[in-house]
Amino acid sequence: MKNLTSPRRVFLAALAAAALVGCKPSENSAPAAGGGGDTSGDIIVGEFASLTGTEAAFGQSSHKGTQLAFEQVNAAGGALGRKFKHLVEDTQSKAGESATIARKFVSRDKVVAVLGEVASGRSLEAAPVCQQFGVPMISPSSTNPKVTEIGDFIFRVCFIDPFQGKLISEFATKTLKAKKVAILSDVSSAYSVGLAQYFRESFVASGGQIVIEQKYSNKDKDFKAQLTAIKAAGVDGILVPGYYNEVGLIVKQARELGVMVPMFGGDGWEAQELIQIAGGEALQNTYYSTHFSPANKAPEAQSFVDAFKARFNGETPDAMAALGYDSARALVEAIKKAGTTEGKKLKEELAAIDFVGATGRTKLDAKRDAAKPAVIITTEGGKFKFLQSIEP
Amino acid sequence: MLPRSQILLLASLILAGVVSAFSGNMDTYFLDVAMGVGISVVLASSLNLINGFTGQFSLGHAGFMAVGAYTSAMITTTLGPKFGWSQLGLQWVLFPASLLVGGLLSALAGLAVGAPSLRLKGDYLAIVTLGFGEIIKVVLQNVEAVGGARGLVAVPGHTNLFWTFGTAALTVYVVWALMNSTYGRGFLAVADDEVAAEAMGLNTTRYKIIAFAVGSFFAGIAGGLYAHLKGYLNPTGFDFNKSIEIVIMVILGGMGKHVGVIVAAVVLTAVQEPLRQLGDWRMILYALILILLMILRPQGLFVWPLWTKKTT
Amino acid sequence: MAELLQQLINGLSLGAIYALIALGYTMVYGVLRFINFAHSDVFMVGAFVGWYAVNQWRIPSGTILSGLLVLGLAMGVCALLGVTIEKLAYKPLRNRSTLTVLITAIGVSLLLQNAGQKVFGANPKAYPALFPTSQFHFAGVMVSSNQLVVLVVTILLLGGLHFVVHHTKIGTAMRAVSFNATAASLVGIHIDGVISFTFALGSALAGAGGVLYAINYPSIDPFMGTMPGLKAFVAAVLGGIGNLPGAALGGLLIGLVETFVSGTRASTFRDAIAFAILILILLLRPAGLLGKLRVEKV
Repeated sequence: MKNLTSPRRVFLAALAAAALVGCKPSENSAPAAGGGGDTSGDIIVGEFASLTGTEAAFGQSSHKGTQLAFEQVNAAGGALGRKFKHLVEDTQSKAGESATIARKFVSRDKVVAVLGEVASGRSLEAAPVCQQFGVPMISPSSTNPKVTEIGDFIFRVCFIDPFQGKLISEFATKTLKAKKVAILSDVSSAYSVGLAQYFRESFVASGGQIVIEQKYSNKDKDFKAQLTAIKAAGVDGILVPGYYNEVGLIVKQARELGVMVPMFGGDGWEAQELIQIAGGEALQNTYYSTHFSPANKAPEAQSFVDAFKARFNGETPDAMAALGYDSARALVEAIKKAGTTEGKKLKEELAAIDFVGATGRTKLDAKRDAAKPAVIITTEGGKFKFLQSIEP
Repeated sequence: MLPRSQILLLASLILAGVVSAFSGNMDTYFLDVAMGVGISVVLASSLNLINGFTGQFSLGHAGFMAVGAYTSAMITTTLGPKFGWSQLGLQWVLFPASLLVGGLLSALAGLAVGAPSLRLKGDYLAIVTLGFGEIIKVVLQNVEAVGGARGLVAVPGHTNLFWTFGTAALTVYVVWALMNSTYGRGFLAVADDEVAAEAMGLNTTRYKIIAFAVGSFFAGIAGGLYAHLKGYLNPTGFDFNKSIEIVIMVILGGMGKHVGVIVAAVVLTAVQEPLRQLGDWRMILYALILILLMILRPQGLFVWPLWTKKTT
Repeated sequence: MAELLQQLINGLSLGAIYALIALGYTMVYGVLRFINFAHSDVFMVGAFVGWYAVNQWRIPSGTILSGLLVLGLAMGVCALLGVTIEKLAYKPLRNRSTLTVLITAIGVSLLLQNAGQKVFGANPKAYPALFPTSQFHFAGVMVSSNQLVVLVVTILLLGGLHFVVHHTKIGTAMRAVSFNATAASLVGIHIDGVISFTFALGSALAGAGGVLYAINYPSIDPFMGTMPGLKAFVAAVLGGIGNLPGAALGGLLIGLVETFVSGTRASTFRDAIAFAILILILLLRPAGLLGKLRVEKV
């Protein structure tokens, strides 16, 4: 008999768990209706961001931009006579969290729209949920094209990797006159692998040659082996489509090994830490493309930079902050135009959006991706320097 | 008359089905968390067989989970469209079949790791399984056919309450039945004193391998459920930290305790939601609990006198 | 040819750091028979001590003397940390099963990492140049002064360690405890003291490793210890765990193999290599290259 007590309890536990599920009163029905048809009270917006974990630097930056935008809008009276309530959840830079958070937003918080995230991998996880429940989602800076392919409720306010890959390739061939190029990409990052691919396609199509391709993993610190192989291959340019943390070490180690050819990459380079890690001298002759430069003279960009500095103790905003800001601005503009917060109307207004934000004119194409100018930044004397702006 | 345990299994399966049938108007966040809880129960119970009952120490459970997740997701995403999704009822065949294949492949992987490395003891085994988990992750990142680093997108959302809680009940039942069979005494003997067990003529390696194979089978199924719940897979989601999370559930619940581990899996998964705002404090808390537990209460947190049954 | 030579130098300098961390694993294992999972996080703390020394406590940097001062400081702090961990977390478990201790070690490791994230922040930090830096180029091969520092410090520490273990009283006691703890205590050896000393020594090595790693790869974060730690562990097993020269040999071998693999098309599988080696060595020669096989006794 004693033996039987255990299984019974086991099953009672399982039953209790199942019963718990069964008895749970359903607080929300009608999934397809789309969250925010409400016409009174605050307009609730959910933002999911990597506030901690490996991509915290980007997540924090983007979050600050979004926060600033809502504070400004609320100070100016909100939209439709209502204020914005900005909810934030932390994805901890982990897989598996984003989908849960998106479900919480749409079913518990009844958000009007979802904003997030910087990393494409996590945007890809939340997007199907937003699409299914008809809640518009705007990604500030996920550049992987697959994100908006999920469905017609998914938008982004940044350009995409094919565009970025192409413009880096054009910059390499036209400005740097590079013909034989090496690629050193991060095999564990969706962003890095994608950018490398689009660069390769465009570069080869324009007659260039990829002499050697080497890989590394997120959090690697020693790249001398790969760089030595690249050096031996003899190239006149190296594409490093990674994040600033590894890029800093790569540039530094490359210069130490006597690899002096130009090195270039994308918006993952964007961080002051890049200069601290690599050192100003090693960063000579390096270039990266990004969405925004604080040196941009456009009035919208300058007023954003000033407001950001005033709000966050003199911190200079980077591209992630500017895009976080623009993602919120795009939503506010669309709500004002739609005159309602109802998902379907909002979706249509977002698709037709056309406004000038911190990162320039934001207008979406048929695939709901922003076609917008990119800037090329270089480093001189240990400081980032705006080099040129490239129109789409 | 069926044994009581089997009646209970059937009852919980039916209940899971009934509840699932009425889940249409539950809110999606609740469902997501509830299914996450069910998957955690499967993972923790199956790891409990390896780490708890058999006294081994695997740090690679997330790796086996990844094998199952990718296998079943590949089956439903590639084979699914060929048969035509609109046909009603097909999902009821293809989805469980894909879970099963994922579980079997995962069990095979468990055998492949287990057979050669189970001659190793405690901490060595821990490191080898850890290494194996990392190798799986690296390999997945490099296979373009399953999306590589960019991940596998558009996995259909077939997982529902029935499949998660049905699997959870089945896992618990299998582990329980295995441990309470004559065969099960072998596992306990291996855990208690391997040298003595061997001296008694027990083939300890065989027991370890079986524990590994069964444990990874269910980890693979849990992976399949996870894949069809989240709809997107990325190799980075199956790293060392995921394995550690499962290990913590088993330890907190009490290694080798059926109910304690289930309670720990339920509590730790559900509690993550309110604790998300705590952010990085959560892991500090876990770590402290882990250390204190080992010093003060190595039998586990969710085991109180009422439930402590001497399994010998 | 130049490429091959360069890769050899790259591999040796990487291997020297693995060797330094591996020594700590091996020493603790030799005496206590368990893998101190937290070792790689003590390594991380060592690197951060160096960072704080220069950026917060305003210790000047850039000369050999100040570099050695920071190195010594990191070693001291880590030795203290190691002994504290041992006293608080491991000592109460002295006679428990290996598994219990292993889990505790994982707990300590998680605690150090996550507390580190709280205190130091998750963002990678740029590391200051502690030693004067320059590069030497000859015949198309580059050696940096930092690489030389790593090699020299590793050799010195290894020599010192050898001296302590084989030619001092406490070293003899360590070997006695390692050989048979009960017998050692019977002949009057103060076991707790020996264990504390072992932890202090091992953790000091980890601290030195952390600083040296950071000056070579000047970007540090609270999770930086995990990968080098695991690879150093593999190195320790490869050389024969519990065996000091073995750990050094294993470290160099892993460094070389990784470097030569990374220089080829297979660079993408770099992180899998160390683990593949581990699995192979455990299957073919579980005692490691220089270790002796122990038969488990009842």
